[in-house]
Amino acid sequence: MTSLTDLTLAEARDGLRAKKFSAAELARAHVDAMIAARPLNAFISETPVIAKAMADESDKRIARGDARPLEGLPLAIKDLFCTKGVRTTAASHILEPFVPTYESTVTQKLWNDGAVMLGKVNLDEFAMGSSNETSYFGPVENPWRKPGDNKSRVPGGSSGGSAAAVSARFALAATGTDTGGSIRQPAAFCGIVGIKPTYGRCSRFGIVAFASSLDQAGPMTRTVKDAAIMLRSMCGFDPKDSTSVDMAVPDFEKALTGNIRGLKVGIPEEYRVDGMPKEIEAIWTKGAEWLKAAGAILKPVKLPLTKYALPTYYIVAPAECSSNLARYDGVRFGLREKGEDLTAMYEGTRASGFGREVRRRILIGTYVLSAGYYDAYYLKAQRVRTLIARDFENAFKEVDVLLTPTAPSSAFARGEKTADPIAMYLNDVFTVPASLAGLPGISVPAGLSSDGLPLGLQLIGRAYDEETVLRTAGVLEQAANFTAKPQTWWKQ
Amino acid sequence: MALDKATVTKIARLARVRVAESDKDGLAGELSGILAFIEQLNEIDTKGVEPMTSVVAMPLPRREDKVTDGGKQDDILANAPEKTAGFFTIPKVIE
Repeated sequence: MTSLTDLTLAEARDGLRAKKFSAAELARAHVDAMIAARPLNAFISETPVIAKAMADESDKRIARGDARPLEGLPLAIKDLFCTKGVRTTAASHILEPFVPTYESTVTQKLWNDGAVMLGKVNLDEFAMGSSNETSYFGPVENPWRKPGDNKSRVPGGSSGGSAAAVSARFALAATGTDTGGSIRQPAAFCGIVGIKPTYGRCSRFGIVAFASSLDQAGPMTRTVKDAAIMLRSMCGFDPKDSTSVDMAVPDFEKALTGNIRGLKVGIPEEYRVDGMPKEIEAIWTKGAEWLKAAGAILKPVKLPLTKYALPTYYIVAPAECSSNLARYDGVRFGLREKGEDLTAMYEGTRASGFGREVRRRILIGTYVLSAGYYDAYYLKAQRVRTLIARDFENAFKEVDVLLTPTAPSSAFARGEKTADPIAMYLNDVFTVPASLAGLPGISVPAGLSSDGLPLGLQLIGRAYDEETVLRTAGVLEQAANFTAKPQTWWKQ
Repeated sequence: MALDKATVTKIARLARVRVAESDKDGLAGELSGILAFIEQLNEIDTKGVEPMTSVVAMPLPRREDKVTDGGKQDDILANAPEKTAGFFTIPKVIE
């Protein structure tokens, strides 16, 4: 029998229902794997006791034939989702002592559907980063390394702990959040699937806010089918989030028909950026050929403002970050540094509580929103954002889905890009445009680079059309037949 | 636009983040680099373009104007770094 930790979410679900193993056994296997994988530093808080209790409840439910959609399935939760009674840090010193008294809507929905919590996984501080190196709790190791090379690779970010946990097989799946690529880029770096649904599909209530007009939760899994199953449980209207969309949630699993005959797939020329490695271009071409072989019609499309998406993002996201993070003042929750007066307390708390990248973004955000600069930076960026969204609207008049690479490289070495913020920002060049337009995007593992690291392809769809995105992703996944797994070097 | 040390001091004050004197030059350089990067947007003509206010087109949901939640003083104070008699406490602000 396949090891319990090697099962997909769908296989584990079906195995539990067929009573081939118990939820307690499944949870135990994952807790053991989680402990063995501590060298990866993927978890900030392990919750084995909660996992056991939830699994026992699942076994009772299964025994009386009352299994819910995710009954007994062990998940890792990004430590950006508030979990009642379980410390939630956003990987920041400033929230190090924070224990929420409420549960995020998305995690509540997962528990309502029977899922089991393994623990809270690491991320870039406040989800700001593309390599999981800005975490106060230390960087996450990518389970993947170049064969014969023991140099640490970054797992991508910000959902780096989530991606590592799923890739290294100590969680069946994980929650992620994506502001400019934080689900899709780490999924690509770790050889797994990650989908960011349309803005508004998943409630943001109880997710520590970074940039509210961009933040969106989504699942990170090993297969497209697993993503479809988990996404259905995560989505849905929530009156506690004023941008939550009141729309029926489809049975995404049913969208995976494998039939994309006649589907129009756009290839945006502007994504062929300067200096793009040949193998990224090669895998992109291969992906297009796979879809064509499955009956899709390829069409070049134009997204002329693509190169302006990143500069737009680096105005909008820091601006929203600077206002969202104003709440960390040492008064109501989190860290407090003593000061002789109130201002000194604020300034000291925020200086020692936030890490370097977070402070940098708060300062940039404060600057672009400050008197005299608001129009030149923030309003300008929001106007360009309108144009970027319009680019996509025009493209989607001609095609049903877009195919692009997910990231401009495979996982880079730790420390390689920390000295230059702009070099780090460029990682998100292919994922940020869809975020600005609020569109759904998925990353599917498509192959290995010449030095043995995973490469991902991205599909972007129309707003609320996750079904076409998932259906196409399923075809891509089947053609790519990505079966490679990371070597388990951390077990030695 | 390049940021100078005085501007860094000003925005750090606005953001209530203490920045050590010795960090200001380095930070001014980093922030200027980021500003130069975002100023690429000046190449685009945005005359007559409305700024985006909502990423997905939907009306703001409304609900009846009544209290639906509350009575959670203990929950709200649970994470306070300092509290007294059901209140948050802060350093003295009035002499």
